Amino acid sequence: MYAQLVETGLKNVRSLDEMSPEERAFQARIDEGVKIEPKDWMPEAYRKTLIRQVSQHAHSEIVGQLPEANWVTRAPTLERKAVLLAKIQDEAGHGLYLYSAAETLGVTRDQLLADLHSGKAKYSSIFNYPTLSWADMGAIGWLVDGSAIINQIPLCRCSYGPYARAMVRVCKEESFHARQGYDIMMSLCKGTPEQKQMAQDALNRWWWPALMMFGPSDAASVNSAQSAQWRIKLFSNDELRQRMVDQTVPQAEYLGLTVPDPDLKWNEETGHYDFGEIDWEEFHNVLRGNGPCNRERLQTRKQAYDDGAWFRDALVAHADKKQTAQAAA
Amino acid sequence: MSKEWPLWEVFIRSQHGLAHKHVGSLHAPDGEMAINNARDVYTRRNEGVGIWVVRAADIVSSSPGDKGALFEPANNKVYRHPTFFPMPEEVKNL
Repeated sequence: MYAQLVETGLKNVRSLDEMSPEERAFQARIDEGVKIEPKDWMPEAYRKTLIRQVSQHAHSEIVGQLPEANWVTRAPTLERKAVLLAKIQDEAGHGLYLYSAAETLGVTRDQLLADLHSGKAKYSSIFNYPTLSWADMGAIGWLVDGSAIINQIPLCRCSYGPYARAMVRVCKEESFHARQGYDIMMSLCKGTPEQKQMAQDALNRWWWPALMMFGPSDAASVNSAQSAQWRIKLFSNDELRQRMVDQTVPQAEYLGLTVPDPDLKWNEETGHYDFGEIDWEEFHNVLRGNGPCNRERLQTRKQAYDDGAWFRDALVAHADKKQTAQAAA
Repeated sequence: MSKEWPLWEVFIRSQHGLAHKHVGSLHAPDGEMAINNARDVYTRRNEGVGIWVVRAADIVSSSPGDKGALFEPANNKVYRHPTFFPMPEEVKNL
């Protein structure tokens, strides 16, 4: 998802016997549904895993602005441009809520940004694909933000208070993103045959990467089982992906578009759609840094940060000067 | 990069007549920029009519370990709630 393949650093899920009394009390609180707050005692592995998960989530929001920035100056109308800018500004806001949540775990903002810029920290695989046409703005809102909502709604109930509260804010704003995307798709599909073809082309390119966002099956993953025990992961990757397919296929049908999967079929027995094999080699390749846009995304992000350095420094100099003047008065 | 910007806690008054409520935190070099940033981060959809920002370092808070000493004394004082005193059905305006 926005956080993919999060390591817990543990070889097996901690059983009650292996736990210290503090750890057992901690687990009991989580099992009772009591939120863990920044000053509460927590196992080191829980803290580190959450830093990885929340910061990866934050980085994804920040890097997620870049594919859309490509179309701000090329939006078809002034209204579409204003909407796209508002959406991109929301993504920046979501990144900030999440960085704040990560910082409550004892890591600094500067360290988080340094890890993103050095390539040490990951962000979602989805943002390493290019945005080739205006229809991609529709497909991203519809499919990518749609998938993000499916992932984030359960996280509003996760065990760590600051993360859960950040997710509540994010989810409130995210449905605007999905709807504006679907609205773009509806306009294109009601337009000329060429416009409808643009929409179909965008769906063809974004469908599989969107399904990959949820990550490979984690039914046998120790990391996921531990995260589930800690209630920082509430559903398996496969469950969330199935939910995405089930809700999105009828939406594609309404648009009159074809989902690019010959194996996609409604299964009367299970009450779900069956779908084809995902190319996990492609997913791992993107994570390794070899997606179509990995280098460009990181470079653009770093350049934006470096280009703003003089301004941030000036703000600090101004604040220092004011403080000195105040102290002297 | 020079020194790290301090952390500010943000409180928003959502409507006239309501109290300011904590909504989150952000980094800024000074109070003025903290208000500007809070406007952008926390009130993009008419969430507020007023903003307070406070340096996080200036906030004094209780710690989870003090919970017992601070809050347990209230547990056995149920008589502080009006429902402790049942009133006869026929008596009105109480």
